[in-house]
Amino acid sequence: MATDIHRDLKPLGVADPDAHVGAVRVRDLNKSFGDHTVISHLDLDIEPGEFVVLLGASGCGKSTLLRILADLDRDISGSVVVADARAVSFQAPRLMPWKKVWRNVVLGLPGKPDRSRAEAALAEVSMTHRSDVWPKVLSGGEAQRVSLARALVREPDLLLLDEPFSALDALTRLTAQALVADLWALHQCAVLLVTHDVEESVKLADRVLVMKDGVIAHEARVDLPRPRDVTDPRFVALRAELLGHLGVGVH
Amino acid sequence: MLLLLAWYVASSVGWLSAHTLASPQQVVTTAGELLRSGELQEAIGASASRVGLGLVFGVLAAVTAALITGLFKVGEDILDAPIQMLRTVPVVGLIPLLIIWFGIGDQPKLILIALGVFFPLYLNLFAGIRGTDPALIEAGRTLGLSRFGLVRHVVLPAAVPSGLVGLRYSIGVSWLILVFAETINATTGIGYLINEAREFFQTDTIVLCLVLYALLGLLADIIVRLLERGLLAWRPTFTGT
Repeated sequence: MATDIHRDLKPLGVADPDAHVGAVRVRDLNKSFGDHTVISHLDLDIEPGEFVVLLGASGCGKSTLLRILADLDRDISGSVVVADARAVSFQAPRLMPWKKVWRNVVLGLPGKPDRSRAEAALAEVSMTHRSDVWPKVLSGGEAQRVSLARALVREPDLLLLDEPFSALDALTRLTAQALVADLWALHQCAVLLVTHDVEESVKLADRVLVMKDGVIAHEARVDLPRPRDVTDPRFVALRAELLGHLGVGVH
Repeated sequence: MLLLLAWYVASSVGWLSAHTLASPQQVVTTAGELLRSGELQEAIGASASRVGLGLVFGVLAAVTAALITGLFKVGEDILDAPIQMLRTVPVVGLIPLLIIWFGIGDQPKLILIALGVFFPLYLNLFAGIRGTDPALIEAGRTLGLSRFGLVRHVVLPAAVPSGLVGLRYSIGVSWLILVFAETINATTGIGYLINEAREFFQTDTIVLCLVLYALLGLLADIIVRLLERGLLAWRPTFTGT
């Protein structure tokens, strides 16, 4: 039930390499563009149903890692095993402008486009009323919701989110974050969310990984009860700690 | 409108002799006569079917070639360079060769039109296919689309807008080439009417035929516009200020 997208497979030191595979298992992953190393000797495990946020400054390799997990980049060395049922939602919604919203949602699913299935997925993101319009008339937040519905209709074991809120205005972003939290609770899929927003990471994650210079430089578990309160002192402390690891001091 | 009025006045006052340019009334009268005799319908039918058939062949060839070169790197390497080379040859210059190869029947005319149609459509379609947003192709891949699915749901729809621009250009060219093709050894069609009229200085018929060319060209353009409205409904267009 998992796809190997490794090149240069190295033995993992386990008798059965498929034993105890979670949603993601990465061993000794290396990726470089020419002479420039973006990811070096990276290990990563994501348990089924776990919400992991990958935090980092621009250019730290976090988006590259997500692209590798999405099987969009195979020019790597090391071993990457990811769940077969995975879905991606990008920073830009990337809807096909020539397909009505509902057809976008079910695009790529086997069989005939199933409108009722599309509408059920759109209902989860409160977008049923827009199912028959062209994507170009949607607002940024609406398009992002449709993009989420398109990912979730595939019933993924692993949902990859690449800065899905960064292009949204502040208010829309809060709503969208709450929506993702609800959908995750509903679908119980593993999530890897890439972002540079520390508050967002503490709000959503079971585990926050700070990526720096191609390696995971810091890891923090977030055990706060959900929904999380940004004014909770533990929340504030964790946020400060993570900011510190990102090299942004708060005084 | 002003031009039409000036033409009318100049003809009635006698500044314009019928040998130089027939008067508007004369053109209308001639149109009526030719319609009654059935000559006009026959000529329009012959010309339109030439353009139509030439278009069909040209469009089929252009779409096939653009798919091969646009979708496959190998196709581009093998096919694109020769096409670009041929493109620079003026199509009308091929008339003597085509006559030698295919005689003076309808065949060389159709080939000429098809060739004229081919290049603008091919170039635009190729550019459209290659201009597909890579982000959308990536998105399609993550949605599990196969190679064929990507072509059908992402690449081709993305190429439609520029393909239609090419088609409009092609249709314009097809009428232009028809004029050339029909002035050579045609025994039917609007061009044949013009040629015949030239022999007898019938400027009224010549003007009538020119008007017909313009109207038929306009009609073809309207058809493409309707096609655009249907196919590009998804695109909120800038309609000018």
